[in-house]
Amino acid sequence: MAKVSLSSVLAPYTEGVLELELDVVNVRQLFQLLGQRFPDLQTHLEHDIAVAIDNEIFQDALLEPIARDSEVILISKIAGG
Amino acid sequence: MSRNHVSATVNGDQVEFLCETGQTLLDALRDELRLTGTKEGCGTGDCGACSVMVDGRLVCSCLMLAVEAEGKAIETVEGMAKGEKLHPLQKKFIEHAALQCGICTPGFLIAARALLERNPDPTESEVRFWLAGNLCRCTGYQKIVEAVLDAGREMRGA
Amino acid sequence: MSTTLKYEEKQLKIVGTRPARPDGVDKVTGRARFGADYNLPGQLIGKALRSPHAHARIVSIDVSAALALPGVKAVVTRDDFAEMPDEMAPVGELMINFRDVTRNMMAREKVLYDGHPLAAVAATSESVARAALALIKVEYEVLPHVIDVVEAMRPDAPLLNENQYTQGVKPKPERPSNIAKRLEFGRGDVAAGFAQADVIVEREFNTKPVHQGYIEPQACLASYSADGQAELWTATQGQFVFRAQCAKVLQMDVSKIRVTPTEIGGGFGGKNNIYNEPLAIALSRKSNRPVKMVMTREEVFRATGPTPGANVRVKLGATRDGRITAAEAVLNFQAGAFPGSPVNQASMCAFTRYDLANVHVVGNDVVVNRPKVAAYRAPGAPIAVLGVESVIDEMAKKLGIDPIEFRLKNAAKEGTQTYYGPKLGPIGYVQTLEAARAHAHYRAPLGPNQGRGVATGFWFNIGNETTCSLNLQEDGSLTLLLGVIDVAGGSRASLSMMVAEELGIELDRVRPVIGDTSSLGFNFLTAGSRGTFAGGMAAVVAARNLIEKMRQRVAKVREVPVEAVAWKDGRAQPADASVAQFEPMTLTELARMGGKTGGTMAGHAEINAQGAGPGFGTHIVDVEVDRETGAVKILRYTVVQDVGKAIHPAYVEGQMQGGATQGIGWALNEEYVYGADGILQNPGFLDYRVPVASDLPHIDTVIVEVPNPNHPYGVRGCGEVPIIAPMAAIANAIENATGVRLTQQPFSPPRVLKALEGAGKAQG
Repeated sequence: MAKVSLSSVLAPYTEGVLELELDVVNVRQLFQLLGQRFPDLQTHLEHDIAVAIDNEIFQDALLEPIARDSEVILISKIAGG
Repeated sequence: MSRNHVSATVNGDQVEFLCETGQTLLDALRDELRLTGTKEGCGTGDCGACSVMVDGRLVCSCLMLAVEAEGKAIETVEGMAKGEKLHPLQKKFIEHAALQCGICTPGFLIAARALLERNPDPTESEVRFWLAGNLCRCTGYQKIVEAVLDAGREMRGA
Repeated sequence: MSTTLKYEEKQLKIVGTRPARPDGVDKVTGRARFGADYNLPGQLIGKALRSPHAHARIVSIDVSAALALPGVKAVVTRDDFAEMPDEMAPVGELMINFRDVTRNMMAREKVLYDGHPLAAVAATSESVARAALALIKVEYEVLPHVIDVVEAMRPDAPLLNENQYTQGVKPKPERPSNIAKRLEFGRGDVAAGFAQADVIVEREFNTKPVHQGYIEPQACLASYSADGQAELWTATQGQFVFRAQCAKVLQMDVSKIRVTPTEIGGGFGGKNNIYNEPLAIALSRKSNRPVKMVMTREEVFRATGPTPGANVRVKLGATRDGRITAAEAVLNFQAGAFPGSPVNQASMCAFTRYDLANVHVVGNDVVVNRPKVAAYRAPGAPIAVLGVESVIDEMAKKLGIDPIEFRLKNAAKEGTQTYYGPKLGPIGYVQTLEAARAHAHYRAPLGPNQGRGVATGFWFNIGNETTCSLNLQEDGSLTLLLGVIDVAGGSRASLSMMVAEELGIELDRVRPVIGDTSSLGFNFLTAGSRGTFAGGMAAVVAARNLIEKMRQRVAKVREVPVEAVAWKDGRAQPADASVAQFEPMTLTELARMGGKTGGTMAGHAEINAQGAGPGFGTHIVDVEVDRETGAVKILRYTVVQDVGKAIHPAYVEGQMQGGATQGIGWALNEEYVYGADGILQNPGFLDYRVPVASDLPHIDTVIVEVPNPNHPYGVRGCGEVPIIAPMAAIANAIENATGVRLTQQPFSPPRVLKALEGAGKAQG
């Protein structure tokens, strides 16, 4: 089970849940499970969330693999000037 | 709207064009003569991107009416290089990475050439004050100043 | 699958040198063609009618007199564009609320700021177009407006959007609000952290919007043909994103619009968004003529995105021995007329230079009657950092610790847990602080009324979707077709350098060209300091792809196994004499026989670059304060920055010097000045004063190179970081010179004088 944490900025969309363990093999599955569990998070998963897998940030990487013992953190997507 | 006939020389070539009475020299150069090397950054004489020489004087072409160019000798960036040979300032701007986006570059080159014609050996401070009428938003001016000083050295044969 | 190429240390021949930029000669001879330099036969000139009110309901728009004017060929208003629903829609790689996009490019129910477009005309000349604008009759019902962020947050403030309820607040608020979104970041227990502190410093700061100030006003040329295809030439940081947005608002297929990016006269984030482009296409569609639209400088100031103004509160607690125990910030950011300020990123950048156990940051995204903000170099970060680095400086002073030493004691390092999510990878923050401390500038003597300030900045840097092609031409020269825009920084040079390095060939064999939208697949905006990082990764992927194809071709031609073919020093050579011997083959030989041995060869990259490496910088500035006039003069400036790897050091220095200069302007002079009527009073370079050459001293640079492990050459990106620290560094230097802490940006003479007078420290 991957250890999944959510940045505190997402608390309003997950009834305050910020840590959970999920059995997923990639980012797409992670988003599916989280979207089902927290419907308010769905739109954010689609448009403004990036994923740090073992502290490396991935943006728009639905097929990125998540290992069994990975630490996954959901954070805000980053743009720039 | 009736248009005015103007004859002048641009970079040594005799030119004739028609312009509206309110049209600026900048617009005439760009729109009537298709010399688009001279740029518009503000239209109010504050940024220097439209700098040209008129009868040996450095002017903002956005502040001069095209009809006022009658009989005048105008020099623009397009006339700086002699054939394939770049002017030392053009060469030094490239060498010193003194340009980034390049929109302000024609104005800086014209202004810097005017400086070196009057003062072939300027101090860094003299370069900075002479070029204070030209805005560059990319470089922080450092490399522009270095390029002008270096071009001055080369032109003096120092 | 996403792409990351790992860093490999190797001997370099081209990367790290300073060759001339490929766009140099065109730019010094006037030959380079920028947005306004494109023309088509039969073109019309388009101009937009803009609101003279800060906030008003549009009762009616009557264009009949304008249309009747000879020479006027088309007029468009809100009626010519489809209503878009209030929901986030994908466009390119972005999710955007097209309700807002369609209303910002052309007002619908209301005008929301001075300069908001509400009609556009196309005519045979600019003077006719201007005359036509004057003939458009608009009936307004003027509404109360609000431009200050704190006032806009009050429950009784005039509402810009009656259907906007604050997001991020549970349960959903009962009443609509100008606060579009509330964000909250936290880690640890700040109350406990402040209880452990021996010293607490708390300050409030206010900043004004400033503009990117690119010297080239927005310019575009559109040509729509009766078969439903459109061509657009525009100065943009993202030809593909502009295409996607135009297609959406004009309800066209993406493939029916071809966008050619012109040479771009500065962007800094300000050319990430469409303004006139869809209007020009719509006018061209209606008139059946090409339409050119060039903004005036006044239009640029009134209607294109400045950065937010903001109200910032920062509170910091530390122990006597200099450990920060708690950090708290509230960031209230103006978004302009529509939501979307960079408060999210500013919140994440606020404290990320420090290793902190207890942090709490609240951000509010607030709509006000001003132009919609756009990105500006490290969007939002300089504003948050003005507050945080000022308070850090004050804390160091209270504790009697050297300001660099205090930062070092608390500095983020590899493995530091951030408060927004992941742990940091290998970073060079400490190295920049140490290099600054070791610099002669830091020990140079100061005279009377002079002071020295230090401040630091952090930016994430980004990757994202990136495309390029590397075409091997029949004579062995190469065309590098790029999806990233060379916004100014010299990416054409640096990406060509990486390609030449990979292939082991001379740099002048590689000719870089920026592609139009029909020549490559989707490529994200060139923003967030991704050009050399992601563009470079794509260029290396394409080069390696071409090498792979060439190895396979050589193996066939020389009749050896592909494993026997190695690419080295610009030639195919035997990998190992024991496998197979064959006559080496140069790139030129391969190119010549390409057509007869299976076709020409090209390398491609269609990647989503991941693994951006954060950048950190430390700035030192000396100022002299004139106590009679309040004028602040910059005496000396040093920028130290970790860029990962400087592919072309001169262009990296240019980014550091240019970014610092924009930060100096932000600190000392630049601001949007509004009257009580909500009208912008300084929409020109005379009254909006950007730094000029004589304002500045020599700007020294120190490049630190801690390689990004996720880039083949170690690149992090360098454009954003240098604008972050200057404002705070200058505030700290003014305090050091005068003992007075400035909290209202800009630190212009009247404000500085007022602060000095308030503290009894003015003279004369």
